[in-house]
Amino acid sequence: MSIATAERPTAVPPSPNSSMVHGTLGRGLHIGIGLGAVALGALSWVPQGAPNWARWIVVGIVAYCIGIYTASRRIEGKRRATDRFVTAVVTCAFGVVAFPLVSVVWTVVSKGAARFDTEFFTSDMRSVVGEGGGISHAIVGTILVTLVAAIMSVPLGVFTAVYLVEYGGKSRLAKAITAMVDVMTGIPSIVAGLFAYALFVLAFGPGTRSGLAGAVALAVLMTPVVVRSSEEMLRLIPNELREASLALGVPKWKTVTKVVIPTAISGIITGVTLAVARVIGETAPLLVTAGLAQGMNKNPLDGRMTTLPVFIYYQYVQPGLPPEAGQDRAWTAALVLILMVIVLFVLARILSTILKPKGLR
Amino acid sequence: MTTVHLPTEEQPVSGESASTSRLGDRLFGGIATGAGVLILVTLAAVAIFLLAEAAPSFINADEFTESFTSYVAPLVFGTIWAAFLALLIAMPFAVAVALFISHYAPRRIARVLGDFIDLLAAIPSVVYGIWGISVLAPILARSVYPWLEDNLGFIPFFKGPASSSGRTIMTAAMVLAVMILPIITAISREVFLQTPRLHEEASLALGATRWEMIRQAVLPYGRSGVISGAMLGLGRALGETMAVAIILSPADVITFNVISNQNPNTIAANIALKFPESSGLDVNRLIATGLVLFVITFGVNILARRVANAGFSGREG
Repeated sequence: MSIATAERPTAVPPSPNSSMVHGTLGRGLHIGIGLGAVALGALSWVPQGAPNWARWIVVGIVAYCIGIYTASRRIEGKRRATDRFVTAVVTCAFGVVAFPLVSVVWTVVSKGAARFDTEFFTSDMRSVVGEGGGISHAIVGTILVTLVAAIMSVPLGVFTAVYLVEYGGKSRLAKAITAMVDVMTGIPSIVAGLFAYALFVLAFGPGTRSGLAGAVALAVLMTPVVVRSSEEMLRLIPNELREASLALGVPKWKTVTKVVIPTAISGIITGVTLAVARVIGETAPLLVTAGLAQGMNKNPLDGRMTTLPVFIYYQYVQPGLPPEAGQDRAWTAALVLILMVIVLFVLARILSTILKPKGLR
Repeated sequence: MTTVHLPTEEQPVSGESASTSRLGDRLFGGIATGAGVLILVTLAAVAIFLLAEAAPSFINADEFTESFTSYVAPLVFGTIWAAFLALLIAMPFAVAVALFISHYAPRRIARVLGDFIDLLAAIPSVVYGIWGISVLAPILARSVYPWLEDNLGFIPFFKGPASSSGRTIMTAAMVLAVMILPIITAISREVFLQTPRLHEEASLALGATRWEMIRQAVLPYGRSGVISGAMLGLGRALGETMAVAIILSPADVITFNVISNQNPNTIAANIALKFPESSGLDVNRLIATGLVLFVITFGVNILARRVANAGFSGREG
């Protein structure tokens, strides 16, 4: 087992003396091929005038991969050429995947900056036509709906995890719950929304919309995430801790609340924060349950309640006149929403370090 | 001596059903069990309430001009077709990126790159939607779709006429691919990293290049993990709503043509588009389609678990 702790082996880079028969591909040639591929990509659109980014990237990548293969094939032989080819493909794939992320962030920041002003955060959309208006009602709505969802799902999720780890053992009930939590993880968000809608329609009559219904939908989506992450954290607690506490005559429930949960608290809170970050951007379930309101509504029990994602959707697809005003609001709201998610992620990191028990820090 | 009565009074130390005579224990255990049972109840409630609200559309079926089957068929097709395309696009990239992070990137930055990919999952779907329609769709409509129509038009998928707005099922599938990629990558990366080091070392010691080592040791070991990751991604793509609702220009058709303006809609996007303006029996019918979606994703998820379990238990031997 001593080998297992060693560093993961890495393939020996083709140094001059590692290949006895063939030569090696020099660094200069490598860079040359790269530059050549970029130039070839550029050549593919220059005759037509306007820059064609998609073609530039595709042609460039294909040219680079083929170029590196041919060169290596001639100098180093077939096996090393395949190896280099795969390395090139895998690296380029990462670059291609990075493109959408960079593009999304860039687009949201550059277009969202237009309305990132005080009015945007202090006013709502009541009787706003054209320019102006703000998202104070949507921010309040998002926070309220998410908060209510968390109040419902966190205790439920954590207690379920406690049951699964501390009480359930291998009983049939525990197995059933684990399986159903799996199923719940796979519920499409819109179906969760329809469920909440159906529940409130049967209780309060057709056409009901309220923040609470939205919160119920989000809670359905959040609970399995909380259960999963808490369960994982509780299982990490070494049994010796539980046994030591029980051996001192501490009742089981005190062992769980004073020993097990405090030791796992940082992980549990991180899991909860990440679950909140996941549902805060949900649009579809809120579209069918909480709906859209033009003004501020601070009461989740009554009436439509705007949330940021739903606001973004409507401002973009029904921007009004002039369309730029609505779309600018949509982009800035998107920027605010992404910032909220990032804040939650950072918060999760910070909380998990602060709350870790002193001995483990 | 006070020690005499100690041993018998103190109840089981590690007992499973340790609901002793202590009130606190019984209460706490009861709450925990209750929470677990509540989860089961919730899931049953989801099924029951959806059924209850979907039922009127079947009972009053003759009030619709179109039967439920012919209404839902194009939607089911669109849902599966879009998710399948998304998976087809995402898979090669996801596996390549997972390999890049687990076996190619310098170890020091591999973690950061992993976080970077996870960030893709943190962006809300509605933001992907407006990005897709305002950035990606125009690029594809300008430089990719016309080219596909001109050069590959003989393949039914690219028959065209190419959409000038870019609001096609291909664009939607690409955005879906970006959204499911982090899930597939994360799971693939984990199994690739679990490859026994001795296998890798043995392969390298026999003179294999890095790629040969990956093909001989890493990929066979990680196959089932990659497949179950793909199934989970598929489940996510089937239920994804907003990105499709914003990007797609829908029509009531069944077609394999991926670059035209006439696209089959997906169940989820159809609900999101029609629900806010619907009333009466139309709502019940939309809920019935939601039930169909629930059944489809349920099936895919069960299949994913089965693949994962079969793969992992097979690995022990």
